[in-house]
Amino acid sequence: MTIHPTSAQFPANAHKALHDPQLQKAFNHVRSAFIDKRAKAAAALPEFEALRDSARDIKAHTLKHLDVYIEAYEAKVREAGGTVHFARDAAEARAAIVEICRARGARTVTKGKSMVSEEIGLNDALHAAGIEPVETDLGEYIIQLRGEVPSHIIAPAVHLTKEQVEADFRRLHLHLHPDRDLSDAQLLLTEARAILRERFLAADIGITGANFLIAETGTSVIVTNEGNGDLTQILPKVHIVLAAIDKLVPTRNDVAQLLRVLARSATGQEMSVYTTFSTGPRRAEDPDGPEEYHVILLDNGRSTMLGTEFEDMLRCIRCGACMNHCPVYQAVGGHAYGWIYPGPMGAVLTPSLIGIDKAGHLPNASTFCGRCEAVCPVRIPLPRMMRNWREKEFERHLSPAPVRNGLKLWAFFAERPALYRAATGLAMRAMALAGRTKGRFTSLPLAGGWTAWRDMPAPQGATFQAQWKARRRGHR
Amino acid sequence: MRDNAKPAPRVGLLVTCLVDLMRPSVGFAAVKLLEDAGCIVDVPGQTCCGQPAFNSGDRATARRLAQNIIDAFAGFDYVVVPSGSCGGTVVKHYPELFADEPGLSQKARALADKTHELVSFLTDVMGVSDVKARFDGTVTYHDSCSGLRELGIREQPRRLLQSVLGLDLVEMTDADVCCGFGGTFAVKYGEISNAIVERKADRIVESGARTIVAGDLGCLLNMAGKLSRRGSPTEVRHVAEILAGMTDAPAIGAPGETTR
Ligand code: SF4
Repeated sequence: MTIHPTSAQFPANAHKALHDPQLQKAFNHVRSAFIDKRAKAAAALPEFEALRDSARDIKAHTLKHLDVYIEAYEAKVREAGGTVHFARDAAEARAAIVEICRARGARTVTKGKSMVSEEIGLNDALHAAGIEPVETDLGEYIIQLRGEVPSHIIAPAVHLTKEQVEADFRRLHLHLHPDRDLSDAQLLLTEARAILRERFLAADIGITGANFLIAETGTSVIVTNEGNGDLTQILPKVHIVLAAIDKLVPTRNDVAQLLRVLARSATGQEMSVYTTFSTGPRRAEDPDGPEEYHVILLDNGRSTMLGTEFEDMLRCIRCGACMNHCPVYQAVGGHAYGWIYPGPMGAVLTPSLIGIDKAGHLPNASTFCGRCEAVCPVRIPLPRMMRNWREKEFERHLSPAPVRNGLKLWAFFAERPALYRAATGLAMRAMALAGRTKGRFTSLPLAGGWTAWRDMPAPQGATFQAQWKARRRGHR
Repeated sequence: MRDNAKPAPRVGLLVTCLVDLMRPSVGFAAVKLLEDAGCIVDVPGQTCCGQPAFNSGDRATARRLAQNIIDAFAGFDYVVVPSGSCGGTVVKHYPELFADEPGLSQKARALADKTHELVSFLTDVMGVSDVKARFDGTVTYHDSCSGLRELGIREQPRRLLQSVLGLDLVEMTDADVCCGFGGTFAVKYGEISNAIVERKADRIVESGARTIVAGDLGCLLNMAGKLSRRGSPTEVRHVAEILAGMTDAPAIGAPGETTR
């Protein structure tokens, strides 16, 4: 679905999420599902930290020479009998895909999980062209049924409980027996599988994303745990790969290195269950494969990040570790971020892609705890780049007035030490007296954002610097 | 231990705004710990290290404040900060703040190189392996984010806490997870900050510790504010107070006398 960004309403979105008991329940297991598993996988591989360095270097090198690798990649895809369609923006990418579907008279297309497809609003465009898109990743299938967007880049339906999915299946799979047993996740999976099997066979075209595009060979690589990507790209007559330019890597060796950190960072697996390499359409000697192979290579604002303080963001391999480990993401979930990419990576990428004026909250809604950067397999300095966005906002006077004014007042005193000491000395003694009996304030003027939720401990009284000075004088 | 033949290092205490204004007793605990370790301590006139401005995107103000700190502390052998967060600002971010001005960047680098967070300074620079203090009760330690992830402080405070007589150190689950403070974040996104500190408070209470300590007053005010709003009896203190054996002052957020 095309999504109209609601990132500007982040606080309201977050408020809603915090009061959504289903969502809060669903998020309870993020910790065991992702964090503990990643920690174990990382600890089990002695060279994990060294691999992260080399993963970072591979992607950084590719970005420095991206033009060269894109050209090489395009030539190789052509050599293998495929076609690369360059798309400057979402509209061009949608048009190119609809065009291919029309040319083949396609009525249904199956889709592997692709965040870029969400980014360009592909499903709506296909519907508008009379073509039915069928999401085949279980999580994507569920959110397609519900008319939602993913709330996580690798676990699209992580915000839902099993009970919610069961209710959706009963509501929408009306051809099945109403009293069937759907009490555990495996039964839900089996039901979705059976339905999807038929859709796979009926599809005219299969669309997948790509985790990597290899310049050396013109190969696209996808990793999945369900095998749906393979069926999507092998069964139909046409395979369309939809991927953005930041997916380029030079060689197969590089992919081998990146794969070693990808699954471990994402789910704690050593490898995803399926890792599939596709190069061009079926050759005469191949037992199967599509007749046509297209790559839609999307820019959509990414090239403007090259050479800027945000270039490092393009190293991202979409493992999701930063959001799994983010206290803000854990509290409010992905939908609160209001667009496609949530969590720390979204807080940096979204302003680049839709504009800081629309996404200003995202880089601000971080405690700078640094856990994202600490786990990112390609060592993206996410907090630094969130700060860079705050600087851009500040320069453009986009930061909210109360914050600007509060800081200005603080800076005014902090830059005038004598005044600072006089003012703070008085203020702290007054506050200490007022708060003495309880030791804390349950409400304070100008600090409602704090005291609505917690007390403000009272200061002890005279400032340290005042006491220190007095003590020094006493010594003399 | 320190080599007695060497002259005692001259240490400038960067006291931090929050300690200066809210809890001076932490500053005095830091002075005691440093003097016990053989340092000569002084406190040059100072205001704010500039972190709130830096993190709000106001680089110009951050630089002006940073310059004041650089000048104020130029003459010391070491600069010690009872906060991983303000320490991290000086150590990690000052050099980056002046990266495009060669002269200042050198001065910033020099300051960064001699600046340390209090507890890690005691253990890693002064070679302190135990403290002469007594504190009866169970204590749990919260890893404040900047100290942990910018400065690598994890074992040092635990080691010193374990040397305190009568103190029983227990680990809470997710000790290394953010408490939700985040400076201005706590006010700008108060509701989310609250959701995060609610969880932290749960983990603290579950640990069964009577006292929760950390190395950063910002986090401590946040956790203390939440615990007291809940009516929890858990005491909140800066790690330096326990290590210095200076626990006469009421715990953070607890009622008591004021200093004039
Ligand atoms: S920013 Fe890093 S941790 Fe986050 S999704 Fe991208 S690669 Fe993974």
